[in-house]
Amino acid sequence: MATPLALRVFESEARVYRRTWRASVFSSFLNPVLYLTAMGVGLGSLVDANMPEGVDGVSYLTFLAPGLLVATAMQTGAAEGAWKVMAGIKWLKTYHARLATPVSISGLVFGHMLWSGARVLMVSVVFAVVIAAFRIAPLWQSLLAVGPALLVGLGMAAVTTAFTARLKDEGGLPLYFRLVVIPMFLFSGAFFPITQLPGWLQAVALATPMYHGVELSRAIVVGTEPPVAWWISVLYLLAWIVVGTAVSFGPFRKRLTP
Amino acid sequence: MPALIDARELTKKFGDFVAVDGISFAVEEGESFGFLGPNGAGKTSTMRMIGAVSPITSGSLSVLGLDPEHQGPQLRDRLGVVPQEDNLDEELTVYDNLMMYGRYFDLPRAVIRDRIEELLDFVQLAEKSKSKVDALSGGMKRRLTIARGLINEPDMLILDEPTTGLDPQARHVLWDRLYRLKQKGVTLIITTHYMEEAEQLCDRLVIMDKAKIVAEGSPRSLIEKYAPREVVEIRFPPGVLDDVADRVEAFAPRAEILADRALLYTDDAEETISLVSADGLEPETILARRSSLEDVFLRLTGRSLID
Repeated sequence: MATPLALRVFESEARVYRRTWRASVFSSFLNPVLYLTAMGVGLGSLVDANMPEGVDGVSYLTFLAPGLLVATAMQTGAAEGAWKVMAGIKWLKTYHARLATPVSISGLVFGHMLWSGARVLMVSVVFAVVIAAFRIAPLWQSLLAVGPALLVGLGMAAVTTAFTARLKDEGGLPLYFRLVVIPMFLFSGAFFPITQLPGWLQAVALATPMYHGVELSRAIVVGTEPPVAWWISVLYLLAWIVVGTAVSFGPFRKRLTP
Repeated sequence: MPALIDARELTKKFGDFVAVDGISFAVEEGESFGFLGPNGAGKTSTMRMIGAVSPITSGSLSVLGLDPEHQGPQLRDRLGVVPQEDNLDEELTVYDNLMMYGRYFDLPRAVIRDRIEELLDFVQLAEKSKSKVDALSGGMKRRLTIARGLINEPDMLILDEPTTGLDPQARHVLWDRLYRLKQKGVTLIITTHYMEEAEQLCDRLVIMDKAKIVAEGSPRSLIEKYAPREVVEIRFPPGVLDDVADRVEAFAPRAEILADRALLYTDDAEETISLVSADGLEPETILARRSSLEDVFLRLTGRSLID
């Protein structure tokens, strides 16, 4: 096998994506434009009027943009780990088809993670371009902020994959989004500093991967010192990716090659 | 020459459930080998072990001289698989499905492109190359799945219930294609619960029931061994058969009384029919036919193949 077959799995996901790439790229562009306009500019004008010293020392739009970038990456990763995996195992059974070829469970999982990373990267880069277009930060700075977003997206893709592969059917997924993904989206420091939360919820927010990504991205865009040392946050995010990927193998093997 | 498949005391358990119970068989190169049995007999579990997507529980299994458990990728590289349930990518075109699948075998695009053209001609789907899969009929999807299974020019093609769920016409088109493959010398492994399919396509087969092999041989030899030459089927209106079962059983050395009809196994159908009419019974229909694998199965298990 000349090429690691994970790349072939990646290639095939890209072939599927090619069918809908225009609509997908358009919505990854429209989404940040709408959010930054409504919340950053609209809601932000009220926030700024009440807080002349700024949120963490900057305008609300500037505070929000890097956080929202990471929140979007987090959501993208979760979506890839949920719907793609459910389709592969249950709806279209494309994973079963792949496993009848030289591709094995490891190729399948790593290929899926590679593709999820690519999706997160696409969405985040488009977001970074929008941030620059809003003149919140220079392009090089917003592109740098894609790094933490990618780590968060991959971590969420990994744990969501491990979770989805354990589900009998899609019934558990809406619940997962309502109870895990959306609360994380809202309360991990993207929209307001987590110091506004009651103490115990601060601890929960601190444990989420998204919080660490938000603080890292914000440090890059705004130039503030992150509350947790940057290398601890990076290691923490890497741990989510590694552990999430590792615990995907068991349920994949059990479901697909019993 | 060593056998392409050599299975000894092959067993598969899922927890306490025994799906395959110590079966032994061998398949030679160029042979078309069948597993005939009702649903739940253990055919699919056996196919999945041969296809290196399900580890064996005990016994031994060698496929193409390789160990499926430890040499899965090398083995799957040389197998073609047509699974029971279609798992084509419905959102992609016929062409893209084949291209994508060929890439999993790490074949260069140009090679796959040539093979696609050839294979689509072979399965009579050349004009559908650009169609999306979900627009194809059931029979077309099956043929595409067969083309897909041939993209790596496999040493052996495994077909799990290839025609289940197809209408008779689509089934005959498929049989014709499989027959041609067999003529080309491709080794075929087929599971089916249609005795007609087994009779048409298999050089040799095993009959499976309740996780075990109950008989083995060519279709002809199995019929000769387990069933007399001819069968007289008599059908009665509902309810009547119960009352006359004893009388009916007396017409032939062996009889099977089913829900709606009775089967009389005989060496001379004409004589048996005349016995029935002389007795004054008035069946709805009476028909003589040659005995089939269905009769063999009935003889061995006391049940019919499709319940």
